[in-house]
Amino acid sequence: MAMALNIIITGVGGQGNVLASQIIGRAAVNRGYNVTIGETFGLSQRGGPVMSHIRLSENKTCGPLIPPNMAHMVVGLEPLETLRVLKEFGNSETVFIANARPIYPLNVIAGDVEYPDLEWIRDVLDQSAGRLYWLDATDTAVELGGPIMLNMILLGALCSLSPFPLDTGDIETVLTAFLPDSKLPANIKALAMGAELIHRYEN
Amino acid sequence: MRRAEKEKEEEGSEMISDREGGKEILLQGNEAIARGALEAGVAFCAGYPGNPSSEIIENLAKASQRLPIYVEWSVNEKVALEAATAASFAGCRAMACMKQNGVNVTSDFLTNLSLSGTKGGLVLVSCDDPGGISSTNEEDARWFARLACIPLLEPATPREALEMTRWAFVLSEAIENIVLLRSVSRLSHTRSNVLIRGLPEFDVKARFDPDIPFHTFPVVDKDRARHEKLNRAAHDFETSVFNSYDGPENPELLIISSGCAWSYARESVEILRLEERVGLLKMGTTWPLPQELLKRHLRQCDQILFVEEIDAFLEDNVKAFCADAGEETGTKVFMGRSSGHIPLCGELSPSILLQVLGEHFDQAWEQDRFQAHVNSLMPEDLPPRAFGFCPGCPHRGSYYAIKTALAWDNRDGFVSGDIGCYSLGLFPTGFNQVKSVHAMGSGLGLASGYGKLDLFGFDQPVITVCGDSTFFHAGLPGLINAKFNRADILLLILDNSATAMTGFQPHPGIDTTAMGQPTDPVDLESLCRSLGMPVEVADPYDINESARTIYGLLKQEGPRVLVMRRKCALVQGREGGFPYRMRVDPDACAGEECGCNRYCTRIFRCPGLIWNTLSKKAEIDSVICVGCGICADICPQGAIERTVVEEE
Repeated sequence: MAMALNIIITGVGGQGNVLASQIIGRAAVNRGYNVTIGETFGLSQRGGPVMSHIRLSENKTCGPLIPPNMAHMVVGLEPLETLRVLKEFGNSETVFIANARPIYPLNVIAGDVEYPDLEWIRDVLDQSAGRLYWLDATDTAVELGGPIMLNMILLGALCSLSPFPLDTGDIETVLTAFLPDSKLPANIKALAMGAELIHRYEN
Repeated sequence: MRRAEKEKEEEGSEMISDREGGKEILLQGNEAIARGALEAGVAFCAGYPGNPSSEIIENLAKASQRLPIYVEWSVNEKVALEAATAASFAGCRAMACMKQNGVNVTSDFLTNLSLSGTKGGLVLVSCDDPGGISSTNEEDARWFARLACIPLLEPATPREALEMTRWAFVLSEAIENIVLLRSVSRLSHTRSNVLIRGLPEFDVKARFDPDIPFHTFPVVDKDRARHEKLNRAAHDFETSVFNSYDGPENPELLIISSGCAWSYARESVEILRLEERVGLLKMGTTWPLPQELLKRHLRQCDQILFVEEIDAFLEDNVKAFCADAGEETGTKVFMGRSSGHIPLCGELSPSILLQVLGEHFDQAWEQDRFQAHVNSLMPEDLPPRAFGFCPGCPHRGSYYAIKTALAWDNRDGFVSGDIGCYSLGLFPTGFNQVKSVHAMGSGLGLASGYGKLDLFGFDQPVITVCGDSTFFHAGLPGLINAKFNRADILLLILDNSATAMTGFQPHPGIDTTAMGQPTDPVDLESLCRSLGMPVEVADPYDINESARTIYGLLKQEGPRVLVMRRKCALVQGREGGFPYRMRVDPDACAGEECGCNRYCTRIFRCPGLIWNTLSKKAEIDSVICVGCGICADICPQGAIERTVVEEE
């Protein structure tokens, strides 16, 4: 690992962004990494954007913000927020895992502005990033019990990529330590489904 | 079964009360501050919630379940600091935690307290919010260290936040005065590996010695003593491990930096490969200045760049020092906020530092080409994501009822707002009803003033809105003022039974304390009635009835109160959810032919109620809608249906 592995998780308040980044963080600490996670949430419960910067290093402590265009991986829980990250933090080698299901901003709902065409978002990401995984992960989450499972599905997707320093086993260890037993099987299933979505996308 | 599950969940979140220590764990900046206080053997912690500070007291409150400490959410920040100070006077270590606005609230006490001095280690934590990410301002609370003449510590990382907090208690006891520890959002909300040590025994005995009173007289003598205490701190700061230098012996540029802005400077130097040309002086003890240490570094270099969050605090103080020490340090070129090298306002970032250093050393930033490529694909700005009330939020109902009543009343009435989620009443999500927002409780004070303007021909009705927690914090004096001075004031208390904005902390209207102990809540209605004013109660979910009630109250005179009562939708969601399944009947919705011009989505703006651009009709977003049922009352065609969800 050069200086640090920089991962961004982006989305909208209520999508489980902060929890997902904490789980990665704990798993990485267990693996001996120096971890720094910068959380930007402000008024996140009020429908605003939420972005976590996760930085893993073998030998140094990183600052809380990833420098511009230096993200290696981006997990996007919402397409518009994913696209927003591209210009500021992406580069031609960045790997994007993007959920395709929009959450409409209030000004879109009100008709003040239009939500960008989803195929256009996908094209821009495709033509700019190193790799793009465009996943219908919200549908999978609803099948698994509700939209709240989305973050675990995308965590599973992230951990199944190669190279990535953590595997789903590392995540399961963390989940086992702090999730109640009754919630564990559904979350572990969601991790597996995330890996499955990546596998299907690649083939 | 349920109990066993709950314990497991808490075990995971309560690593900060681990007695053994000696390991590295992932801690948020605020958790690290809490842990540092525990490692110092803190006995008494108080605060008032406010982003980005709330997690400190929240975590200490959890730790109080396992450790013999006392933790409270106080009614406001001034009382929090006073309560914590009582513990200090009785010989215990104590801490008060708040956001930058809260330090303003403490200030009258703080500037007198620093004259009387303290006994048990006393630490005031301010979490400032550069850029005002979740605040009404981006005030820099560090000036209070100068104003009150007390030491200031600024951690840069969660690890340092723990170490510094622990040491702050030692420093406070050594100089017998309160110490200010300043965090910022980006540190408070950053998680990182932190080495924790073991906890002490917590065997403190509280006792006030009547022979040693605490007061400010004689004032001049006490002021002199206060400066002497500050000089002792300055002496300790000269050799503090919290100040460090990294770089060549004679750099071309010396960066003097504090807090987590230091990490942006450090990384930018690395990315631009300027390690051999730039020296980085990291300052952790920023008031009083460690003068000898500064002199040594200022002699190394004549070009100085200041990198710190919010105001030019270090910058101004170091410049003033250089004016005194000029003969020893030589003439300098200073760069920072005054010179325009660093943006005057807003939060710093690696991006800003790369730009500043890149320009100074004439080095281009190589990622410009990628940004140009993305720009060519994405010519226009992306639509912003405006803040709005959550689906099911009672405030949406309250503002809808207010908007309706003020329209019926038709006298150009408006709303005087206050601090909380409902501040968003300024924006379209609250139908732009709120016309002023400043500080906690200010909405009532302003309203009591409007209520006396009839003398000068003022004839507009004014509604002031205030949350339940804000009302207890600083709203009550404004209401009493209105009552005493016979001001015409209509107060709507938006009672959602939580300090919702900051994460549902208890307040005096709740039956449980921070430590989870049962208590008698203060009854809002009885309190207001005891002031001799009429009090009514309405349900924000019933927008039609609420609007009629507000309209009726607008016609009355004198101080009067309406409690708009409905639990915060997020709390309700956790406690079992909502009774309805919502649906837009596509046959009843007349779509764009209706003549309402998409009233439901254009005006009501609930994230759960969207416009289908293909069918050109409204529909429910089932992933977002929580089923509160309010919107069923707004459609002119009655096309929005609510059906009671059957228990499965």
